[in-house]
Amino acid sequence: MAEQSGMLSLRGLTRRFGGLTAVDAIDLDLAKGELISIIGPNGAGKTTLFNLVTGLDRPDAGNVSFEGQDITGLSPERLAAEGIARTFQLGRVFGNLSVMDNVLIGAHTRLRAVKPAVPVIGPLLELGLALLRPSSVKAEEERLREEVKAVLARFGERLLPRIDQPAYSLSYANRRRVEIARALALKPRLLLLDEPTAGMNPTETAEMQALVAELKAEGLTILLIEHKLEMVMRLSDRVIVMDEGKKIAEGPGEQVRTDPKVIEAYLGHGLSGTAEQESAA
Amino acid sequence: MSSWLDYTINGLIVGNVYALVAVGLALIFGVSRLINFAQGSIYLVGAYIGWVAVVQLHTPLPLTIIVVAAAAAIVGLIIERFGLRPLQNSVRIAPLLATIGISFVLDQLVMLTFSPNPRALPSQLPDVRFQVGGGTIGPLDLLIAGVGLTSALLLFVFLRYSKLGWAVRAASQDRDAAMQMGVDVNRVNQAVFGIAAALGGVSGMLVGMYYNQIDTAMSLQATLKGVVAEVVGGAGNVPGAVIGSLLLGLVESYGVAVFGTSYRNLFAFLLLVVVLVLRPNGLFASARQAPPEPLTGTFIAPSRPVRIPRWALLLAAASFAVLPFFPVSFYVLQTLINAWLLGMLALSLTLVAGTMGQVSLGHAALLAIGAYTSALLSLTLNVPVGLAIIAGGLMSAALGTLLISPSFRLRGHYVSIATLAIGEIVSLVILNWESVTRGPIGISGIPPLSLFGYDLISPTAIYWFSFAVMVVLALLQGRLLSSHLGRSFRAIRDDDIAARAYGLSLNRYKSLAFIFGGFAAGVSGGIAAHLYSYINHETFNTQQSILALTVVILGGLGNVVGAILGAVALVGLPEVFRIAAEYRILIYGIVLLLLVRFRPQGLLGTI
Repeated sequence: MAEQSGMLSLRGLTRRFGGLTAVDAIDLDLAKGELISIIGPNGAGKTTLFNLVTGLDRPDAGNVSFEGQDITGLSPERLAAEGIARTFQLGRVFGNLSVMDNVLIGAHTRLRAVKPAVPVIGPLLELGLALLRPSSVKAEEERLREEVKAVLARFGERLLPRIDQPAYSLSYANRRRVEIARALALKPRLLLLDEPTAGMNPTETAEMQALVAELKAEGLTILLIEHKLEMVMRLSDRVIVMDEGKKIAEGPGEQVRTDPKVIEAYLGHGLSGTAEQESAA
Repeated sequence: MSSWLDYTINGLIVGNVYALVAVGLALIFGVSRLINFAQGSIYLVGAYIGWVAVVQLHTPLPLTIIVVAAAAAIVGLIIERFGLRPLQNSVRIAPLLATIGISFVLDQLVMLTFSPNPRALPSQLPDVRFQVGGGTIGPLDLLIAGVGLTSALLLFVFLRYSKLGWAVRAASQDRDAAMQMGVDVNRVNQAVFGIAAALGGVSGMLVGMYYNQIDTAMSLQATLKGVVAEVVGGAGNVPGAVIGSLLLGLVESYGVAVFGTSYRNLFAFLLLVVVLVLRPNGLFASARQAPPEPLTGTFIAPSRPVRIPRWALLLAAASFAVLPFFPVSFYVLQTLINAWLLGMLALSLTLVAGTMGQVSLGHAALLAIGAYTSALLSLTLNVPVGLAIIAGGLMSAALGTLLISPSFRLRGHYVSIATLAIGEIVSLVILNWESVTRGPIGISGIPPLSLFGYDLISPTAIYWFSFAVMVVLALLQGRLLSSHLGRSFRAIRDDDIAARAYGLSLNRYKSLAFIFGGFAAGVSGGIAAHLYSYINHETFNTQQSILALTVVILGGLGNVVGAILGAVALVGLPEVFRIAAEYRILIYGIVLLLLVRFRPQGLLGTI
């Protein structure tokens, strides 16, 4: 089933930084509507993997395909237009833009009236249309603004009252929410979330978990990097564990949780010798 | 054959001089990720201190070198302590702007102290030439080579064997880690600025002796050449800076041999642009580096812009529009005309530097392109002046965007270097392309402003014309900022990586910003050409670029009303206070420094 409706597949994806292999021959298949979590200790190569999928970095070997099409090495702006949206680990909102404008940027790839797909003079037409603003352009902008409000409403009263405030003035958790709202405004077919609950307290984490569950229920395909294992176990169809760039385990959450290799990766390599001896005994 | 050897020797000697400047720049960049635009000013100070020592105090040569090195080092320490240390935790744009401001203040202080006229700096060495192979070499050549090698050796020993040298190397590899290990970063900065300034000062003195002439124009040239050499070698890479300098010296020397002296600088800047485009990390950097850390929202100072009610803006516009009906003097009108012309340039720069985050230091080149286009069209093809000015704007938009487009993938300080170099290239092409631009003679007899066949000669008419054009440009820009393009530009400025991840192409939107900004600047240049009736390659110079930048910072980056307010303030206030012309640039530099330190968001706030 997964083969037929495969959304994203990685084959032998590899990225080296000098002597360090940050991502080492990773294979991964993500079916439409599936949610896979990637876990692993810090420095395991999870974020680098995201960068390779979203075009911010290029692999040294291997390939990425999206809905059966080879997208290896395409630019991030191209991949955004294909419907791939991501959030960033450290939070990369546009600090001086209002919440509304931040999320509108998310809808940028869906602008049609103001960005006619004409070769060569397209950019000049875009400039002209932005200045003249015919009714079609105004209507499109108005429609997107309404959509942004709908997206923000998913976060209850967290963001809507702050819609005109600059993003730099928001709390850390609200900035993470703005990032997710921005990603949703792209109407993605594939969503990559890089530690969406980092720095959030238990209440906020629970809210975020409910939101991700809601998105999954709506049929969105999601790749999630997360450290909070409880959330990973609740949400994931499958879990992939990475350590030192390699995939060391893959499977349903409970199976992965008890895998000795995973325990070793989390406890640290210094302890692994004794751990193995004990389990042997 | 023998002449080639001469050119090689000359190239290596000049390269040695560049190396003294470039090594300092590389040390500073290594430790604080800052391109010190004031390095050339220290070189200038060194040359003039050398002149005082040699001509007035009659010091022997070894003592002269020591005096110059010590005095320049003190200047460097003062810059570090009072100019840059207070900005350690500021936004990234702040130290860059501060070194630009410091550079202007120092250059002007030297000019006011010693007058702008060139002076002779005798070399104190016997005037003999030795035969080497087929070429000749003089004692001064040997001195320069000797100073270069000795400094390199001393620097090597310092960095390798002294404790402070270790600290410098540690801080340049990983500043935060070094701080946590107890390295005193302030002391490291002091050491680096002191060494860089001493080397730069000695270099300025040697160049003065080499050409037996010093003048205040040396400063900008030295900064540019040092930056070229440093970037070619890889920013922050000290041995790379030396090799880059020698390479630059040779490229220039051979270029001069083939094409003539006036092409010297053109080759330097073309080398820079080629390296920036092909290998922005320098010739010796590893091919690909990890993606840089996010720098979200830290490039410009976050602030809430001052909201000015629409009625107040309308009232202000209406008062300026009816001003000529009141009994005001021609002098007031003339001053305001200058303010409106500068306002147009500032509108252009505030879009590019503020909204788009590309701090251009060569913006006057856009004025020049517009001015030459409009002047030549109206003069040689009899195009009506109104149309010629619009054509000038369009030419500036097209050509300016084309010239800057190779550097669209650069960031921060590199954009400033690239625009500075492109500005110089434009001025050099105007100087050398005599068949079109009439070269150094300039263009005279440019027809006066006219509209629909009516000449605009009275100050009142010119006032209304320039005010109306500026208001139209400002309204268009306001409309642009409120469209999806405004938020796209600002998103790219705040975080270009996140912007790309959401489908914003940097090339497309940077081009659009430069097209719009280029048009406004070109129109301003076009109007100026018809007002002045004479222009040459020096009419639109770096001083104007820096003045426009000060206006933009004063008003608030990206702020349309702020740009106009800043232009009126910077043109008007010196008139109100009757400040003599020669002190004005000094005051602009001081204003820039004070703003960066105390109100980085400007009067009306960044947008």
